[in-house]
Amino acid sequence: MRSTLDGFGEGLLELGRQRGDVVVLHADSGESARISPFADAFPERSFNFGISEQDMVMTAAGLSLTGKMPFACSFAAFLTTRAFDQIRTCLAIPCLGAVLVGTHSGLAAGEDGVSHQMNQDIALMRSLPNMSVMIPPDADSAFRMVFVASQHPGPVYLRLGGEQVPDIEGTKEAELRVGGGRLLREGDGVTICACGIMVHEALRAAEILSKQGISAEVIDCFSVKPLPSQLILASLRRTGCCVIAEEHNVIGGLCEAVAGLAAGENPVPMRYVAISDRYGQSGAPQELREYYGLTFREIVGAAAQIWSMRRR
Amino acid sequence: MEISQRRALERTAIEVRKDVVRMIGVARSGYVASSLSAVDILVFMYWRLLNIRPEEPRMYDRDRMVLSKGHACPALYAVLANRGFFDRKELWNFRRLGSMLQGHPETPRTPGIDAPGGSLGMGLGLSNGVALALRLDGVGSRVFCLLGDGELQEGAVWESAMQTANLGLGGVTAIVDLNGIQMDGKVVSIKKIEPVKEKFESFGWRSVHADGHDMEDLERAFSVALSDSIPSVILAETIPGKGFSMAEKGLIGSSRPLDREMMEQALRELESATKSFDGEEVR
Repeated sequence: MRSTLDGFGEGLLELGRQRGDVVVLHADSGESARISPFADAFPERSFNFGISEQDMVMTAAGLSLTGKMPFACSFAAFLTTRAFDQIRTCLAIPCLGAVLVGTHSGLAAGEDGVSHQMNQDIALMRSLPNMSVMIPPDADSAFRMVFVASQHPGPVYLRLGGEQVPDIEGTKEAELRVGGGRLLREGDGVTICACGIMVHEALRAAEILSKQGISAEVIDCFSVKPLPSQLILASLRRTGCCVIAEEHNVIGGLCEAVAGLAAGENPVPMRYVAISDRYGQSGAPQELREYYGLTFREIVGAAAQIWSMRRR
Repeated sequence: MEISQRRALERTAIEVRKDVVRMIGVARSGYVASSLSAVDILVFMYWRLLNIRPEEPRMYDRDRMVLSKGHACPALYAVLANRGFFDRKELWNFRRLGSMLQGHPETPRTPGIDAPGGSLGMGLGLSNGVALALRLDGVGSRVFCLLGDGELQEGAVWESAMQTANLGLGGVTAIVDLNGIQMDGKVVSIKKIEPVKEKFESFGWRSVHADGHDMEDLERAFSVALSDSIPSVILAETIPGKGFSMAEKGLIGSSRPLDREMMEQALRELESATKSFDGEEVR
């Protein structure tokens, strides 16, 4: 069991070994963002900006303008909000290659409470033209997405959580690209689109649903923007209904992205498993996910409901 | 600086001012006063200071110029065109749909524009990043950042100012165009920024005062600023709308465009300034 943060930290170190143009910036979060291994190996290419997210993003843009591949890392809660104008003006509008790493996203900041939890970041980053959004479900994916994101010509938002999760089988060989997704389990009764930690809940839900005679198809939508549209639409044609699960506010994230796609191409009945437009509070991350209804149980319930309404 | 060189720069500045007035007049949109206040600084830099090649605008070891006060881009566009970065005819498309010359600086859309801008308070952080990359590559190019004075009200400027000194980025030189105005009026009447010198110095910068319209004084200030390895800021006292009496007197709001009559008036004034030069040469 490892967190996506762990995979990211290992990936960053390996990328640093392979590419001399990678520069890592963080905002007083070297330990918490798992940057220390990179910083220890490459101190000349690692900069702690202190508690200054705006300055960090502007500097990342200046580095990118001058041929470097910057990674700018901080808590998702502060990176995507405090520095939003800088992200838009300095990175997204000029479409500069850079990776923004938002750590402790969703409810992962747990006991730190609502100010440190972040369930609006996908919405914010998705809304920017030129910005891509990637969310690894496990440490292996996070490791590999460091490489994928660093090769992308425009800015990428990499959303990381802190919870320990098992590695999903086959991640090391899977194709992971910007705009991609992974069919993790085939089925023809209901499509479950999930991202990040909810992929694990979706797989667990599919297991239970199969015992109830509902064959669920699980798609890891690790690229929330651009969406793996063809993969999702093909699945919707097979199943005729869809549950979408994300550790994010129900507004502006994966739920609305998939719903928007389906509305235009193949409207099918849908249910969302997401935070119902509320803020969080202090608590252990696992407890919080149960309290806010982000577990396999809600996915099973939603799938059973929607399955009876499926349109094929 | 020899007198002939000084005269040549001053004459160039008048030609650039005419182009600024024409651009904003033709576009019927743009910031006249803030553009005209920065013309002499930019002319000095692009004709006397910067290591650049207009025919090779992305040359890696060029000096960089980051226009943080992006609303003054008419001045920079006119300078770039007159310096040969692109065809001067492009100036008459300023702010039009599809134009290479956007209302605020964009990169890589416009040759010679080194960094994006428009949202204030971002140039210094961008400059730090550029300077850091150059230092990592062992390239000795310098990075200049032109800021407005009203812009110093943005908190992000000070995050970056702190970091320039903290990272020891001596290759960064900031120039503050102290024209004293912002959108709604005089800076001093809206949110006081003084003491600017002490603010920068307490953040680890060396500061140098200059008359932002005097070529010799600018040369002195830049040579002081570039003489050692700590980041320097040139505090350039300027007159908003310099060269056009109505704008100098504050009769044109900082964001108010020129109508045809005002444009013609401004061009007449600038033309007579050119003539006075010619007269001098005859004498």
